[in-house]
Amino acid sequence: MNSGKNFAGVIGFFDEPRALLEATRQVRDANFARFDSFTPYPVHGMDAAQGIKRSRIPYVTFVAGLCGFLFAFWFQYWTMAVDWPLNVGGKPFNSWPAFVPVMFELTVLVAGLSTLVAMLYFNRLPNVFRRGFDPSITRDRFALLIEPPASEKEATEFLEQIGAKEVRAVYAQGWFE
Amino acid sequence: MTTSEITHYTPDVLVTGAKTLADVNTDIAAPLERFPGKIWWICFGVALGCFGIGAGLATKMFMTGLGVLGLNEPNGWGVFIINFVFWVGIGHAGTLISAILFLFRQKWRTAINRAAEAMTIFAVMTALLFPVIHTGRPWYAVFWLIPYPNQRDLWVNFRSPLIWDVFAVGTYFTISLVFWYIGLVPDLASIRDRAKHKLRKFIYTILSLGWRGSNKNWSHYESAYLLFAGLSTPLVLSVHSVVSFDFAVSSVPGWHTTIFPPYFVAGAIFSGFAMVVTLLVITREVFGLKNYITIGHLEKMNKIIMATGLMVGYAYACEFFIAWYSGSSFEKFAFVNRAFGPYWWAYWIMAVCNVLVPQVFWFKKARTSIPVMFVVALFVNIGMWFERFVIVVTSLHRDFLPSSWRYYVPTLFDWGITLGSFGWFFIWFLLFVRFLPVIAMSEIKGVIKEGGAS
Repeated sequence: MNSGKNFAGVIGFFDEPRALLEATRQVRDANFARFDSFTPYPVHGMDAAQGIKRSRIPYVTFVAGLCGFLFAFWFQYWTMAVDWPLNVGGKPFNSWPAFVPVMFELTVLVAGLSTLVAMLYFNRLPNVFRRGFDPSITRDRFALLIEPPASEKEATEFLEQIGAKEVRAVYAQGWFE
Repeated sequence: MTTSEITHYTPDVLVTGAKTLADVNTDIAAPLERFPGKIWWICFGVALGCFGIGAGLATKMFMTGLGVLGLNEPNGWGVFIINFVFWVGIGHAGTLISAILFLFRQKWRTAINRAAEAMTIFAVMTALLFPVIHTGRPWYAVFWLIPYPNQRDLWVNFRSPLIWDVFAVGTYFTISLVFWYIGLVPDLASIRDRAKHKLRKFIYTILSLGWRGSNKNWSHYESAYLLFAGLSTPLVLSVHSVVSFDFAVSSVPGWHTTIFPPYFVAGAIFSGFAMVVTLLVITREVFGLKNYITIGHLEKMNKIIMATGLMVGYAYACEFFIAWYSGSSFEKFAFVNRAFGPYWWAYWIMAVCNVLVPQVFWFKKARTSIPVMFVVALFVNIGMWFERFVIVVTSLHRDFLPSSWRYYVPTLFDWGITLGSFGWFFIWFLLFVRFLPVIAMSEIKGVIKEGGAS
């Protein structure tokens, strides 16, 4: 087995999402500093059970969308009215209604791409050097990981006590965080 | 979660056959791990052949010039623009299913959203070929379309709908691709974890970005997914609106109408759903996914086909009313000429296929019959292609100067390159069903569990 310094926590497996929800609440109430659950699909109520705050991605999306909007207006104004004023059918140089479609599209484009980047950043992805704990997690099993500073013994005992079907210690591999 | 929330969804409606979570992986991922069967190779060969014909003719066209097409004054636009609008329209159903039905919490979308979104991406890729090759010098086109500092010291004209189109379709493609890929990540991780072969494991490890199903990740993931749905909803409505501006902003009678944006969007969803039904009827049969893509799913899509078909029918009628009510003699002429002029046959193919044929869906028996819906979907696809033919060709072929009137006939190059575009689309779709899960496994699992007693 690996040395103690690679110890990454103790993982306990459950068969049912409800059992996992209940177990997660108990782990949270027992004041373990770091823990996370692993599920094949997003289980509703898990964020509350784990005490996770609402994702901050919407703020990123909003600010990015606003930047895209303003940039699109500025850029169209600058190219059409300042850098090379172009007379099209006698319309004013700053014919802003004609700029609206591109302003909308760039709002969505910048907001969307920023949402992607923010999601990856908050999730610490991509990280292909990191291995899944168990192939069954992306299939049909539900797992709960108690991470250090909890000791191996303490975490194992707690997980067994709250009804985990299988409990084992896991060790860091590659860029494991 | 409270009990009342759960009872809305019964598992046998969305997924039949008493499937467990593990069954979902086996049923959906297993076909990807087998060597493709005979049917797949035949289809792939045919698609490749069609694409080859189109690519060959396109090469010849680049060498000779656009004169080989049926285009001539006053028909500056022809089959290529028809195909562009047709293929962009096909894509709309995918985004409607993935984004709008998601915001409306329509759980039945989970079985069909992956394939429909894939269809969107491939359809937009196909659509984008046409404006580019229509320039005749595609290797320059990219420089004309994108505003960047250049030695000519010129910018693109942002007051032109054609430039709006570049931004609209470009954004649509990018956002659809990202939305689709985000949805794929958990499923790619499932396939990675199932993989036995080293190379397969390596490829899917890279593709799945290191996804582990952590709930901290799911939390951000769901937030991002919701935002993408929120961004894609106005986007999909805007794309075909902007495409319709290509016509509506000009002053050609028959094109210059304010009804175009909603009319185009309804038509796009209409044709897109017909294509989804066509593709899924085949996919569920070939891959044995009848428990996931049930008759219930197909029936719901058929209802949408009928509803949007009625909207399109209303738009056809409305155009005629406004042409008469406007009192403009040119406008009146354009519409009488459309229905009773030299291209009467195209108009009535369109009207019969799009308005009359979908009426069979008033009957539940027709809505739930696979052969009937397959035939209706084909009719709708043909009808919607002719709708664009009618709009593009009949409005142009008799312009203000009768001496330049002409009867536009597409040439072998027009038809061959059109065939090639179908080949190109099906090449991508066939590769998709081989290498990626055609159903969103992680979403289906959520639906099964919510309905199941646990």
